[in-house]
Amino acid sequence: MSSELETANTPQGLKRTVIEPLTRVEGHGKVTLLQDKNNTVKQARLHIAEFRGFEKFIQGRPYWELPVLVQRLCGICPVSHHLAAAKATDMIVGATELTPTAEKIRRLMHFGQTLQSHALHFFHLCSPDLLFGFDDEVRHRNIVGVIEDYPEIATQGVMLRKYGQEVIRVTAGKRIHGTGAIPGGVNKSLNKKEIDYLKGDIEQILVWAQGAVDLIKRIFFEQYDYHMSFAAIDSNMLSLIRGDGAFDIYHGGLRAKDSKGNTIFDHIDYRLYSDYIKEGVKNWSYMKFPFITSVGADDGWYRVGPLARVNNCDYFTTPLAEKERVEFAVIGDGLPVQSTLAFHWARLIELLHCAESIAELLDDSDISGKDLLIKGELQSSGTGVIEAPRGTLFHQYDINEDGIIEKANLIVSTTNNNQAMNESIRSVANNYLNGNQLTEALLNQVEVAVRAYDPCLSCATHAMGKMPLQINLVNEQDELVDRLEKSATGQISRTR
Amino acid sequence: MISDKTFRIDGKKIPFQDGDTIMDAALRAGEYIPHLCHNPEFKPNGSCRVCVIETNGRHVSACNQPAIENMEVDNSSDAIMNLRRSLLQMLFVEGNHVCPACEKSGACQLQAVAYYTRMLSPHFTHFFPCRDVDATHPEIAIDFNRCILCKLCVRASRDVDKKNVFFISGRGINSRLVINSPSGKLGDSDVAVTDKAVAVCPVGAILPKHKGYEKPIGERMYDNKPISIVGDVAAVFSSKIYSKDVSTK
Repeated sequence: MSSELETANTPQGLKRTVIEPLTRVEGHGKVTLLQDKNNTVKQARLHIAEFRGFEKFIQGRPYWELPVLVQRLCGICPVSHHLAAAKATDMIVGATELTPTAEKIRRLMHFGQTLQSHALHFFHLCSPDLLFGFDDEVRHRNIVGVIEDYPEIATQGVMLRKYGQEVIRVTAGKRIHGTGAIPGGVNKSLNKKEIDYLKGDIEQILVWAQGAVDLIKRIFFEQYDYHMSFAAIDSNMLSLIRGDGAFDIYHGGLRAKDSKGNTIFDHIDYRLYSDYIKEGVKNWSYMKFPFITSVGADDGWYRVGPLARVNNCDYFTTPLAEKERVEFAVIGDGLPVQSTLAFHWARLIELLHCAESIAELLDDSDISGKDLLIKGELQSSGTGVIEAPRGTLFHQYDINEDGIIEKANLIVSTTNNNQAMNESIRSVANNYLNGNQLTEALLNQVEVAVRAYDPCLSCATHAMGKMPLQINLVNEQDELVDRLEKSATGQISRTR
Repeated sequence: MISDKTFRIDGKKIPFQDGDTIMDAALRAGEYIPHLCHNPEFKPNGSCRVCVIETNGRHVSACNQPAIENMEVDNSSDAIMNLRRSLLQMLFVEGNHVCPACEKSGACQLQAVAYYTRMLSPHFTHFFPCRDVDATHPEIAIDFNRCILCKLCVRASRDVDKKNVFFISGRGINSRLVINSPSGKLGDSDVAVTDKAVAVCPVGAILPKHKGYEKPIGERMYDNKPISIVGDVAAVFSSKIYSKDVSTK
């Protein structure tokens, strides 16, 4: 399924267009396009222009710091890293299951952050494209334009996000980078005042969440064929799934389906993830390229996130979201929905589910419980997997007998979508850019494709050490003068 | 016997007894003078210099300067606060004090005093020293990145625990905390989690293991009130209510 547009056969002499920075995404990235003299696109790549290195510098730190330390990967959905690391350290402290209070507080925190992250993405980052059109004047095609033209929609976006942030603050102590989840449980439950505070707005939040789903459906069906085909690619889908097949973003087994909806694997214990998923590397990107091992590197790449989750699950546990899922599935006509822009629709169904789930949990007496922690025998390793707003997130840690971290592996949601995002921009390049003089409006279509995935580029480039690199020295005639390569084993060689 | 001798801190009369330092008298009177290496349970050390005050045209450390009748002490002018802030900034860049990821955050005396002096940035270039975490002891970990060389653990281990587990080795910029054990590791030393030396650390250097962030945000020592009101992390005067909160003026 990999595109021939990944690498041009003869890049010398081709016209290079760079979209940098990518706007209205989290983190810093760029897209490069190479065109020949007929403006035919010969190469299209998504590059991540920043570098993090968390896997390396947490080595030597105590394991109990992990949930707070690694969430600094990101300021948008740090709760994802907070909870994935907390789940991994649960295993390390021998907590095979949490108290009902601890698990429900963590779920509440996770629903809060998914609500705010999805609201941020749809209303602040993507609604300008969807409300005004991809070719709207750039000075107007932004959140300020939305505030001016659709003040009610803009206000709802801000207030939905605020509510999610407040759920996080109450459960984790701070809106960003709190400390609520700790190895073996949580450090606080909710008191009556906090519950009443959150209950005060939940009915309005439910109304706005349903309104958001209605809005994206209206937009989607207004130009149905276009939305179905834009940047569409056939891909495998990966997500966590509850034991009974229900949608679950906090815990479950791994489910992968191919582009026809056939099961590749199901209900896999996520601690065994490395038996099923491998991380490929390419010499032009800091970001890795994960793939399903049994399918292989060429065809085993997959999509994660709202589209994969809503496609993969058998049902939602909450009534409004389940009703919307059924309606969503109709457009797939029995197959997984592959439209890249359907990410937005799926994302807002999830937002609605989060609002419903928060409402349910606020009525659950367990969230006021006092039994917060369980600890057992210290273990030498732990794996935590969670469905972050942007997709499946893997954390794995090994510690020594003193409790110091010796090894860490993080496969971040956006990394899982790396190949898919590249394929989507190549689809746009083939269908909309080929043969055209590039304009801002055309280039925005590339960004729209990337934006649909809600990539978090700052989270995605965390690897360090053995990243293969190639440095080409090219003279002014575009002739290769020298080339140095660093292999995956760290060896450096001159290959010219 | 109560003395009738007094001196003034920022114009306020402070009674003192013969042998008192400025810090002794100030603490007794509920007048906060920022400090890190000072703990009333131990003899003054005078190493951090954060308690710098001005008297008679000179900058001196309040913790080891004897109180003198009728002396005038400047404890809160902008000039004095600037000096303290610079000292704190040097402490921050000399070690690796990453408050956002430190489990002591919210209950750390270094952080609290920095807030008190309104330190907003490290200002100086970070040293980024390469230091280890020693977690070889089953119940205690020491993170040398966060040590500010206050010698409170040295004094407590020597004077209270009678174990002499901690020492300062080297001089000047090469000074560092070392462990008195055959391997130089904490796990081979006589230290116990109940030792005074473990309890007196004002920063996140010496910590009980496996605890981390068990205290939620909002319930930590300095979450709701500044150090000038709450007091020191491990001092016997920690419950002392100081009369003045300069940080909020």
